[in-house]
This record gives sequence, structure tokens and C-alpha cells, in this order.
Amino acid sequence: MKDEIKKVLLLGSGALKIGEAGEFDYSGSQALKALKEEGIETVLINPNIATVQTGEGVADHIYFLPVTPYFVEKVIEKERPDGVLLSFGGQTALNCGVELYRAGVFDKYNVAVLGTPVQAIMDTEDRELFVEKLNEIEVKTIRSCAVDTLQDARRAAHELGYPVIIRAAYALGGLGSGFCDNQEQLDALAEKAFSFSPQVLVEKSLKGWKEVEYEVVRDRYDNCITVCNMENFDPLGIHTGESIVVAPSQTLTNAEYHKLRSLAIRIIRHIGIVGECNVQYAFDPESEDYRVIEVNARLSRSSALASKATGYPLAFVAAKLALGYGLFDLKNSVTKTTGAFFEPALDYVVCKIPRWDLGKFHGVERELGSSMKSVGEVMAIGRTFEEAIQKGLRMIGQGMHGFVENKELVIDDVDKALREPTDKRIFVISKAMRAGYTVDRIHHLTRIDKWFLQKLQHIMDTSKEMHRWGESRRPLAEMPRELLRRAKVQGFSDFQIARATGYEGDMEEGALSVRSCRMQAGILPVVKQIDTLAAEYPAQTNYLYLTYSGTDNDVDYSGDRRSVVVLGSGAYRIGSSVEFDWCGVQALHTIRKEGYRSVMINYNPETVSTDYDVCDRLYFDELTFERVMDIIDLENPHGVIVSTGGQIPNNLALRLDARQVRILGTGARSIDNAEDRDKFSAMLDRIGVDQPEWSALTSMEDIHAFIGRVGFPVLVRPSYVLSGAAMNVCSNQEELERFLKLAANVSKKHPVVVSRFIEHAKEVEMDAVAQDGEIVAYAISEHIEYAGVHSGDATIQFPPQKLYVETVRRIKRISRQIARELHISGPFNIQYLAKDNDIKVIECNLRASRSFPFVSKVLKINFIELATRVMLGLPVEKPDKNLFDLDYVGIKASQFSFSRLQKADPVLGVDMVSTGEVGCIGTDTSCAVLKAMLSVGYRIPEKGVLLSTGNAKQKADMLEAARMLHRKGYRLYATGGSSRFLSENGVENTRVYWPGEEGHPQALDMLHRKEIDMVVNIPKNLTAGELDNGYRIRRAAIDLNVPLITNARLASAFINAFCTMTVDDIAIKSWAEYK
Amino acid sequence: MRNVTLILDDGSRFSGKSFGYERPVAGEVVFNTAMTGYPESLTDPSYAGQMMTFTYPLVGNYGVPPFTFGPDTLPEFMESERIHAEAIIVSDYSPEYSHWNATESLAQWLKREHVTGITGIDTRRLTKVLREHGVMMGKIMFDDEPHKVPEAEYEGINYVDRVSCKEPVRYNEGKGKKKVLLVDCGVKANIIRCLLKRDVEVIRVPWNYDFTAMDYDGLFISNGPGDPDTCNEAVHHIRRAMGMSDRPIFGICMGNQLLAKAGGATVYKLKYGHRSHNQPVRMAGTERCFITSQNHGYAVDSRTLGADWEPLFVNMNDGSNEGIRHKSKPWFSAQFHPEAASGPTDTEFLFDEFVKLLR
Repeated sequence: MKDEIKKVLLLGSGALKIGEAGEFDYSGSQALKALKEEGIETVLINPNIATVQTGEGVADHIYFLPVTPYFVEKVIEKERPDGVLLSFGGQTALNCGVELYRAGVFDKYNVAVLGTPVQAIMDTEDRELFVEKLNEIEVKTIRSCAVDTLQDARRAAHELGYPVIIRAAYALGGLGSGFCDNQEQLDALAEKAFSFSPQVLVEKSLKGWKEVEYEVVRDRYDNCITVCNMENFDPLGIHTGESIVVAPSQTLTNAEYHKLRSLAIRIIRHIGIVGECNVQYAFDPESEDYRVIEVNARLSRSSALASKATGYPLAFVAAKLALGYGLFDLKNSVTKTTGAFFEPALDYVVCKIPRWDLGKFHGVERELGSSMKSVGEVMAIGRTFEEAIQKGLRMIGQGMHGFVENKELVIDDVDKALREPTDKRIFVISKAMRAGYTVDRIHHLTRIDKWFLQKLQHIMDTSKEMHRWGESRRPLAEMPRELLRRAKVQGFSDFQIARATGYEGDMEEGALSVRSCRMQAGILPVVKQIDTLAAEYPAQTNYLYLTYSGTDNDVDYSGDRRSVVVLGSGAYRIGSSVEFDWCGVQALHTIRKEGYRSVMINYNPETVSTDYDVCDRLYFDELTFERVMDIIDLENPHGVIVSTGGQIPNNLALRLDARQVRILGTGARSIDNAEDRDKFSAMLDRIGVDQPEWSALTSMEDIHAFIGRVGFPVLVRPSYVLSGAAMNVCSNQEELERFLKLAANVSKKHPVVVSRFIEHAKEVEMDAVAQDGEIVAYAISEHIEYAGVHSGDATIQFPPQKLYVETVRRIKRISRQIARELHISGPFNIQYLAKDNDIKVIECNLRASRSFPFVSKVLKINFIELATRVMLGLPVEKPDKNLFDLDYVGIKASQFSFSRLQKADPVLGVDMVSTGEVGCIGTDTSCAVLKAMLSVGYRIPEKGVLLSTGNAKQKADMLEAARMLHRKGYRLYATGGSSRFLSENGVENTRVYWPGEEGHPQALDMLHRKEIDMVVNIPKNLTAGELDNGYRIRRAAIDLNVPLITNARLASAFINAFCTMTVDDIAIKSWAEYK
Repeated sequence: MRNVTLILDDGSRFSGKSFGYERPVAGEVVFNTAMTGYPESLTDPSYAGQMMTFTYPLVGNYGVPPFTFGPDTLPEFMESERIHAEAIIVSDYSPEYSHWNATESLAQWLKREHVTGITGIDTRRLTKVLREHGVMMGKIMFDDEPHKVPEAEYEGINYVDRVSCKEPVRYNEGKGKKKVLLVDCGVKANIIRCLLKRDVEVIRVPWNYDFTAMDYDGLFISNGPGDPDTCNEAVHHIRRAMGMSDRPIFGICMGNQLLAKAGGATVYKLKYGHRSHNQPVRMAGTERCFITSQNHGYAVDSRTLGADWEPLFVNMNDGSNEGIRHKSKPWFSAQFHPEAASGPTDTEFLFDEFVKLLR
């Protein structure tokens, strides 16, 4: 079979979204590597331009196109592949593949589906087929009823008895699912679920059971292995993507472990998977009873985690098996001597913790349940559970120092908070333990297995012991060695120890003195290898972690100073995701190519940079100052790169520099000069560069005085916010007061930064690489939206199409000035405001920015490779082309995940809320916009469009677009003011009424009746009334899966695109074909 | 907890703490990479004379199940009547446990059975030493009792004789359709359970018992501890049985080695043995592969197999022998443990094949 396959198409997963994130970049990259090794020509469809898999040389032909049946068929028609891989691009690729299969497209073009047959996929995706299939082999599933109508859903729930769980069939990450305790809740949830899927499942809820998963592999010779099993810390009821997960399972006996293992094998054989699948179980904590929850017949988030947790490259192996290999043909890629047919033995424990960003969203429900809300995850490795979980809680990166010694949480009702889990659950447990709750009581309230709670209790006990010792007020050096050592074995950071022992003064100093005390006491971490076989055979790869449970390093450090350490970007979160993974991987490639030893520190299991193959040494560990120093002390490197991993490494620069660590490229002092608002501002004044007026204010009077001078609107950034967005634009007194109420306090210690907000200004990005203060390469791009939409949410056009030449010239000049002044060597990004050739600097980062992969790939100049060469001190030549040479346009569009965030207001503002992005290339703006918008899930409307278009200026902005829609034959519906405006301007429309407004038709009814298939809703401003008004419309659009746009400029661009061209006009061209 | 030191024969030292019975002890130090199954492993008679290191650091999590016996007189959750390992060596013992079927902690059990247990050891370093050097004798000493030096020998000792039953025992007497004669070199309870489950009568005899004149339909040779060369008496009986009839023979672990010896082959000691739940084996000449549970320090030298014999299974990691079969007669054996307990159950079908052969 493998000899007949010469060319293979792989479907990617598109933009990162909640439930479908970086893990598919990792699995796709692995699959492409496996194909490449076989000499197979590869074609990739993935509009996610920031991924590693869409990098040069990973696939032979790359299409930045939507992963939808229409476009995939077009690519098949053009490329004529022999085979297609559907299981490496998440649910997006799988669903698309199933549709194409049903439509007979693969048969039509004679494309073989490699790996798991489509029928097997359908057997696992359709709940009824699935239950039937498992019944055939007497495997128990959760009793559930598939229903097509609300009436049937009610009846099913009644028969099963509440509580029940509702899920939409064919949906990923529990989209449109939830628990219902009564019919009212059922009605609400079922309607939403039906809008995502024609079939909805009603199931009996097994809340409180253990949740256990197995990753299973099968080859075409029927050989099976389970690579890893995992146990959820949280009991059933919380989506596995929302749960803390440990590997391997901790509370299962041998009999239980193998009962579920052999069931998993029986299932994979019966379904007929060739490749990899994941089996999820509910497991009774009081007996050996079980239910199969679901089977994912594809690579998944769990499989990525399992690969990282064990060192077994599941996606790579699955791709080989899809080509027809047997497991016995393949090598273990860690030992390189033993085979791939084996089951990894771990000699450490792994803990995955989700990262939420719920604070970024207005109105979102914080309660965790059966639907996924987390935006990223971390994986921590330790040789005790205590060590792993404390590491992990630090890695999450939300200001937590571990399980204990955090800022005190304010919780009114601890029992309730334990019973009804939120994103803060683990810290509620900490608080409860501190308050003296017993393990039994917490178990009773949370149903979390006592074993986990006992381990957490150990941490609490040690903390309390240190607190007691701290009360003695003796110097740290006298702390009992045994206590200090135990704290480190249990994963306490130096900072936590300083705080627990009552250190007073600067905590950074405190942590440093703990560090020196413990070093004197000989308490040092050791480096251990992940080798898949628990040391039974030697490993050839350096996949490493640090632990205090050990006395011996697995690595011999020669002190040759040939290591270059790249600091990774940590957990994916809103504002930092796959784009920095791409940057890190490019840096590693360049370092290796130049003959240095490439070393990565990162802890995000969803990334390619944590694939032990991409570097010479991978430390899968924390990016805290303490841990980075531990590693640097061992590595004694040539230097450290802090500028390719986003803000986390950037923030370490000064402290590393203070410890004489050699930072490659731009110096720490310069980084600080750009990061520190005062210093940066002073510098701009000095070199005569303009910036929006701003001031850091410490009292309400000062704030009013400042606003009196500059006028509304203003951009307000408090230092500390209790909940909600960290900054906001306020256009009047009411908004200002409402927003500042959220700020905990305004004081000398917590100033509020208020800046003048310039309306209707263009935002322009400068991404560049400089060497010794001279710009070597640059890319200028423009936002489609006016300033006021966060640059991470904005739609970005490169090269710019609508900037004055003079504007570009001025931006280049200012950038050169700044580069010189800060003596930049390496990547940097400057954001500008431009209005009538008046240019102001908003922000400057002396590191790679989010848009680096986008501009690098559109311009076809690898900015990171260039920057890394600069940082290594190698000569670089200025590339001989620039943005004015391009005959095409790139559009970067943002992906939002509002549908998963129940009740969140899907409106954009100055704080970022998008979870991912795509980048598409077209011969003109319209073509690129259309591709990009379709890639992030918009659909071209077919019937009616609802317009509610904000203030007078915005209404006028939208008028031309409304005319186009009308000419195209769309029925237009508009709310009061917008309707009047359109009528006055001769655009035929039907007036609809706001919720709460008297009159018919009601906008909400129209949405529910599916008469509207696109909504443009632009809030006039951010006053409470205005937001509330539109909120129900916006939320209904999201919940009913109707495309929604909340920005006039973007709406116009999209409408213009689909009114002036059709999908058929879109040229099917690969990246390489844009020359 | 008292401080202890593990000292290997090559002089390497490991500090830890005692959590079991407080007794200095010596034995052959071996490592096991299984991630579950400490109750089963500790009661596996094949570990007699050995100090068992678990490479998986967290041990004791689910406590210890009750030591109850079923109607078949076999222990329900254990592999024999007592702990056979000399000591257990772990990195992070869990003093609290959580499981519905647990009745005591691992520490309580060890203390009750007078078995040493130590924790806080860098078990990965220990494993690497054993991997590089080969298994070694070691001793656990209590730091506050330096004069108490335990002594022990492993090689050359007939451990089988210590753990085998002393008198014949019958299971399912008169009820099974067929009779299996089981030579007990230290048999695990689950082997007997696997046979009984298949509706046969089992006659369990001591390892050196002359069974050749007894009435049976098939012969089973069990697993057991130590050096197979100390069991020549058993080999002699097996050879005689093979000469007398063509009745089916099935051997497991030590049974594989004794059958091979009876067929004329020789065995050798592996550098550090196979003790884990993840040993890959391939059925010779096929594309069928299995994940197996293993616990052995000796292996059959395939090159010395007689002309009538051939390898049945081969280890996919190191190519060592994992089973043999006679080319024409219904005689076969596996080096691994198809009965699992603990470990994967993928090869339990071998019991079906054996029972099918009984006429």
C-alpha cells in the first residue's frame, strides 16, 4: 500500500479556537514529517498562517484556504492526491472529511482515505451508531437518547430522570452541551444545541464518577497498544478539557487499569481504527463499574498531551500506520534501538492544568461544566504529585505561586464554591484547607478523590510548618534542612518558601536569599530524562525536566558554552499562542543550523517547540526566574534568547541580566526602556516622536483634570482590576465612573494610566529586525478597523493598501530613529496611530510580535531566522525585496470563540478577546478578505441581513455596504435609527424591534426563525444601556450560530468582498504560486 | 521514619527512609517498570530473594486489598499467601491511600508481614546503575544501627524449593472436564484461576514431585524464582513425561526455561532481566505482536534449542527468547506471563489454546 501512495493531502484545523488549539499544529507537523520521511509529496490545507506546519519546507504545497468541503474539493481537483489524511486536523478536518466522503468526492477523484476508514469515524461520531456498535461487543455506554426535536428531548429527559446532560452530536469540545436539573434548563440548552447540530443527545448524568482516558493505537495487522492512560483530578461533570488531568492514572488498581485497557483494545479492534484513537471512561469510585463516554477516532488534545507525557510520538506513528506500516516496522524515536510496538513506562508523574481567560469577557459564566472554556493548558512533570501540581499552578501564569502562598481569594461561601466549581476551584480547595476543612469534608463537597486531596494536604501541612517556623523569626539559614528539602520536593518555589517563612521586604530579594540558603545546604534540583522506558534502555534524545526527588543528573554537562537557550512562550492564552511557537521553532532551527546546541525551555504540551525532535535539549519545565536560573547554572550557555517567546521571557530579561546571564540581541536595559512607560515616553520626547497624550494618575481629581484638558474619549488602564477587561475606552463621564468602579482602588501605589483616545485613526504595525540599531528588514501592515480594536482582534492587511505614501515614509523614519535610540539587535514591533499623516507611537516591543509569522510568510522572508542570526552575531544581508514588490495581499483575520463562552458579550474593544487567527493571501483585498472571513467561520448570507449600525458616523460608514447588499437582492432588516437612516438614504429595509421595544417584527424572533443569516451590530459606545440593548441580539446571534460582525469597517470590507465577487471567483492557488 | 541506606555490591549508596518493617535486609536488587500492581508483585513467588525497586515513583496510592480467599481456596486479590519479595524500594511512598477495596496501607501490610520497605530513593539513578552494571546484591541498613549488617546469597540458591507447595493440592476436584497436572515451582494464583476458569481440574504438585505415573490430560509447568539450573529434578521428570506420551505441555516463565532444558537447550542469566508490564513480543514468523507482563532474570538460549524445537515468541526489544514450541508435538511455553496479574491480559488466549489441546 505504501508504495502506491505518492502524494497525500492533509487537512489542518484552521484557526485556534476553544476546544481546537495548538495540539493540531503539533499533530499535523508530526504527520507531515512522517510522510516526508517516506518521500511522499504533501499537500496541506490550513488557513492558520501562524502555525509551524504551514512553514516553509514542512509540506510541499500549502494552501491558506478554509478547511471546508468546497475548498478542499477544489484543491483535490487541482492537486490530484493519491491519499488524504483526515485525523490530524481535529474535528474541523474530520467533519469536513465525512462530508466529502458522503458527497462521493474522494471516490470521484480516486483519493484513498488513509488510516481509519470513514465508516469507522461515522460509527464513533453518531451517538446511536456508536452505542449500537459497542453493544455488539457488550461494552457499556452511557444511556443516552438521540433526539431530533425539543419534544423528544423533554420526553427522553423525563424517562432518564434528571439530572441529564445535553450534547450536540458532531460537535467538538462539548459545544452546545450542559447539565440540566429541570425542564426549564433543558429547553434553553436544547434549543442552543439544535442550532449547532440537527441531532441532540440526552444522557443520564454520572456526576461524581472518575473520568479516565486511554490513548490506543492499532495497526492494520490488528496489533494494539495503549500508549498512555490519564485520570482526571476533577470527577465526571467537568469537561476533560476543563479538568486537571494526571498521567498515568493514580488511583486505579492493577485490575482496574487493565480492565479499562483491555476494553479500549476491544473497542478499537471492533471499530476498526487504523492509527490512533482515544477512549474516555466514566468509572465508578465504589466498584469496578464503568461506562464508555466517547471514542475520538482521531488525534486529539489528549493524544498531544499523551505524546508529551510519555515521549511516544502518537501523530507520527499514526501517520506511518496510515501508510500501511505495522507497529513492528517502526522504531521508538527516543531510544532509537527498541521498537514502536511497546507501551511507555513512566517514572514521573505528569499534571495537565487548563488555562482560562474568563476575566477577559464581559458577562461570561465562570462555572465549569460539560462544555470547554479554557484557552490553553500546561503540563508539569515531577517525581511527586505535589511537585507536579505546584509547578503546574505556577506555569498557568496568572500570578499564582503554586497551591499555597498566593494572594488571598475573597470567597463568601466556601462550601458553595467547592460544590460548584469555577476556574478558581483548586485555590478554593487551598483556602478551605487553610481554614481547616478536612480532606473528608472537601471530598464530600467536591467528589475529588481523596488521594489527590491528601497530597494537597501534604503541601498545606508543609506550608503551615514553615509558617510556624517563620514565627520564630530566625534567619533563613537556620531553617531545618529537612523542612527546606521537603518543601522543595513538594514543589515549593523559593518565592513560596520566602513568603511562608514570613520574609518581609522585597519578595524578589526574599526568593533570592532562599535560593542561596538552599544552595549552601546542597539542595539543588536534578535533571531527569523522559525516555519512554523508565531507564530500562538508554535514551538518545534529551527530553528533560527538573526535580528535587533525586540525587543524580541524567545529562553530563561539559561546560562547552555551545548551548543557546531559547525561552518559550508558555501556556496558550488570549494574546499569546501559536505565533510564538512558530517564532521559537524558527529560532531553534537557526541555532542548530549555525552549529550551536539548541536548547528550549517551555511547558506547553500543545506546541511544536516542545517536541524533543526540534531541538538538542528540551527542558519541559517552568519559565520562572528560579527555574530558568537553575537551567542556566547547569547549561552555562553561550547566551539566552528572550525575544521570540512573547511577553513571559521578555519580562525575565532584566532579572536575568542582573545575574550576569548573557542575553543575546537587544540588551536588557533597552528592553526595560521600551517596557517602562515613563522611560519610553521620555525617550520619544527626546527624539521628537509624537505619542497620544497620557498620564499616570493617582486620584480622581487628577483624572478629571486630565480629561478636562484632553477631552473624551480616553483610554483607561487601571493597575489592578477586580474583574473584566484590564483596559477600556471611556467616551463620557458615566462610562468612566462605571469602569473605574471595577478598579480596586486608585492610589499612589495603583495609579491609573489615562491616555487620549484618538477616534477614526488608522492603526499601523511595524514588524522589523534590526542589527546594532539599523533596520535590516521590515514589514508595515494596516488594520482594517480603526484604532480602538485591540491589535490582536483586528483584521490586518499586509502590504498596506490604503496608507498614504507619506504615512509609510514617516513610519519608516520614526522606526529607524527608535531602533537606533534603543540600539535594537533582533526582532521588534512598533504600533502606530495614523490620522492624516499625523503619526503617533502607541507601543513598542523589543521582541517578536504576534504578526511575525504572518508578515514573514506573506513577504516570504523569515524574520525570525534573520533576527536569530543577528542575535548570534552572524553577518546578515538586507533582503533584496520589500513590501512594495508584492503583487498580492495578505489578510490576517481573528477567530473568536464566543459560542463556547456562555453569556459572554461578543463585542470587541481595546482588550483582546480572540483566541486565534488565520492569514490568507489573495490577488486583491476583497479576495483575501473573503478567504480569511470564510476561514474563521463566517458564511456568505443567503437571505437577510440585520443592520444596527451605531452612531451617525458609523451609519454613514456602512451606507455604501448597505446599498450593495440591497442591490445584491438581500432583504435588509434594521433597528429604529438605522432603519430611518437607510430609508432616508433610499435603501429599502424592514424595521425590526429591539428586545424590550414594543412592536413587530422582533429582531430576536427573526433570528430564532432563521430569517436572518448575518447580523451587523455596532454599539454606539460602551455605556451600559447601549451595551445591554445590543447584547441580547449579539448573544442570540452567537448562540444560534448566525455570523455576527460588530465593527463597521470590517463589516463593510466583508460585504464589499462578497458583493463584488463570488466564492467561485476565488483562485485556488498555493502559497508558492503567489510570486 | 528512620533513615536507611541501600548499599549495592559495587559500593553505590542510596539514602532513604524506612516505611515498612524495620529490619536490615539483603537480596538481589532488581527493578520493575510496571506502574501498577504492587500487591500482586509483592506476593508473586518469583520475587523470592529479591529486593524490588519500582521505577514508578508513586507507590501505595490505592492501599492494599483484603487478604481474602475464594471458594477455590485461592487468595482473591493476591498471587500467593504472603509477600515473597525481601524488600520494596520506592521513591515516593504514599502514606495515605484511597480505594473502596483497600483495608490497610502498604506500610501496615509490610509491617504485618515483616517486610522492609524504603522510600525517598532516587530510583531512576538506581535503575540506571543496575542497567549498566547488571543486577547486583544489595543490603538495606538502618543508619542508627550500623553494626547490623544483613547477609544473603541469591545465585545458586534453590528458591523454588522454598516457595513450592509441599504436598499435592487438588482444585475443582472431580468437577473439571479435563485434568491438568501443575508442577509448582512457585506458581502464581492467577495461573490456577486461569485454568479453573476454563473448567479443568488442577492437580498442583511440588516442584520435585514425581508425577509421571499420575493420571492427567495435560502438564503445566509454572513460574518460579531464581536459577532454573537448581531445578534439574523437575527437568528430569518433564523429560520422562515427554518420553512417555504426547500429552500437551504448557509452561510459563520458569516453565519455559525448564521445558527448554528438558528439550536439551541451555539457559543464561540476563544482565538485568525483564520485569515490567510493557515487554513487546512477536510470535515468530508472524505479524502478530503482544504486550506482555514479565518477571524473569534468566532466559533460554534460542541457539541451543534442539532440532525438534523452535522459538514461539521473540522479545522485540532485545531479541531474547520469549517462548518455544515443539515442531510436531503439542508442547509449548511462554517466557512472559499470559495470566498477567499484574499486567496486560493480551495473551491470556494461550490458556485457551492449551485447554483446547487437552483430549
